[in-house]
Amino acid sequence: MLINKDVIIVGAGPAGLAAAIEAKKRGVDSVLVLEREPNAGGILNQCIHDGFGVIKFNESLTGPEYAKRYIDEAKALNIEIITNVMVQDISQEKVVTAISPSGIKTYKAAAIILAMGCRERTRGAICIPGSRPAGVFTAGVVQNLVNLKNVMVGKNIVILGSGDIGLIMARRLTLEGANVLAVVEKLPYSSGLQRNITQCLDDFDIPLLLSHTVTKIEGHERVKSVIIAKVDEKGNTIRGTSKKFLCDTLILSVGLIPENELSLNAGVYIDETTNGARVDENLQTSVPGIFACGNVLQVHDLVDYVSAEGELAAKSAVAFIKESNTVASNISVNAGTGIRYVLPQSISSNKDITFSMRVMEPCKNKTIVFRDGDRTINKKTFKALNPAEMIRIDIKSHELEYILNLEVYIDEEL
Amino acid sequence: MKNCREIVCIVCPNGCRMKVFVNEENKVTLVEHAMCKNGVAYAKKEIQSPQRSLTSTIKVINGNLPLVSVRSDRPIAKEKIEEAISELRKLELQAPIEYHQIIIHDILGTGANIISTKQVLKKK
Repeated sequence: MLINKDVIIVGAGPAGLAAAIEAKKRGVDSVLVLEREPNAGGILNQCIHDGFGVIKFNESLTGPEYAKRYIDEAKALNIEIITNVMVQDISQEKVVTAISPSGIKTYKAAAIILAMGCRERTRGAICIPGSRPAGVFTAGVVQNLVNLKNVMVGKNIVILGSGDIGLIMARRLTLEGANVLAVVEKLPYSSGLQRNITQCLDDFDIPLLLSHTVTKIEGHERVKSVIIAKVDEKGNTIRGTSKKFLCDTLILSVGLIPENELSLNAGVYIDETTNGARVDENLQTSVPGIFACGNVLQVHDLVDYVSAEGELAAKSAVAFIKESNTVASNISVNAGTGIRYVLPQSISSNKDITFSMRVMEPCKNKTIVFRDGDRTINKKTFKALNPAEMIRIDIKSHELEYILNLEVYIDEEL
Repeated sequence: MKNCREIVCIVCPNGCRMKVFVNEENKVTLVEHAMCKNGVAYAKKEIQSPQRSLTSTIKVINGNLPLVSVRSDRPIAKEKIEEAISELRKLELQAPIEYHQIIIHDILGTGANIISTKQVLKKK
């Protein structure tokens, strides 16, 4: 039996909740949110540190507080959120198969919003040689154990990767009595936000070893030590620079991967750089009526923009249902020199659009240029650009009139 | 130029690298490269009395969760953070705990209260 819904949202994290609220506010009555965990809120539930909502609410909230605002609003709007349910399949025809302790249900949606978030890269993804003892964790798993389950993971800890979760956990574990020996980063710059380096490492005198990596894990049952070596510009380890660090725990904070298995089954085209769906300015994927937002689309550093993306996806989904959006988005957007990726990947020429992008490497006083052939559409100069920080640039509809294709690049000359 | 420190602003994600000039009495005389006035205020505070907000967890007995997350309702002196955390570690709270319930009034005389950031219900 097919259960009909107007909008089905997969995932009740910050993206999914914001999307559900926006869809309901725009007059769509049958909105359904499907969540795998026992509670709504997604990863925010385990992010007990503050710093969320500075842009959206102009206050520094903790993760659970930020989530509560949306959960309460969803409740007040009577939005149906089913937890403990795992979506097994989404078809091109927008049939959603979901499994839960009460059985299998199939839904048919007029529009679907993908908001599944991302997962962590593991030891397997970065191929660290050595034995396979206990005591190797990803940072998010440590965060879950320490902040939700009251399980401490170790005493002497090395963290590989300077992503934000790794930095946050360096501080948390130090305050919980562990000895964090070092944060090791393969690149010559941190992949976390500067403010996290200041308040999580510098405050506690935790060394940040840039251009270093873990070359070996040692130990039989439990981690006994790791070998750390310097790397050159190409990322190859430099002979004679190895040092042994005695530790019982290695934490990996080495990047996040959007969780797109369901999207692939639905026939959604995935971008090779972002590992998220290719979308137009409405956040519509290559399958009409399927939209994507939040970390399943592109890995964010600020939840405020995740919520904003959720709202945009919902706005577009509602327009799709009401068939009020009829303009094709066939102008391609390409990342040029210095830009790793730019979203959306295709646009139409009649709207105000917020572009989001990341740069390849840190640089100072550079200009990001939007160009159509030889014509400069817009440019913006930044004091500092950092790959850890997503850049968002608003372009007005009149600037995008008559364009044929769009390239975004960093101007090398000033 | 002799008393110039570089301070990275942590007020917002911009993370301005500010140049802060300090005179002999440890007073800030000039702040450069701050993109907004919040950065200037932070730089002055960071030199004269650095503060941090505190977030942690406290053990819960008979709750549907083993821990409740907490924070200080305003930033507290940086050097008091560790002592405050060890105060929290001594505690065991009885469920239920309400959202934004005050757990400790005026912790260590800082003027800040420790409040819960989530609700923990009684175990069924």
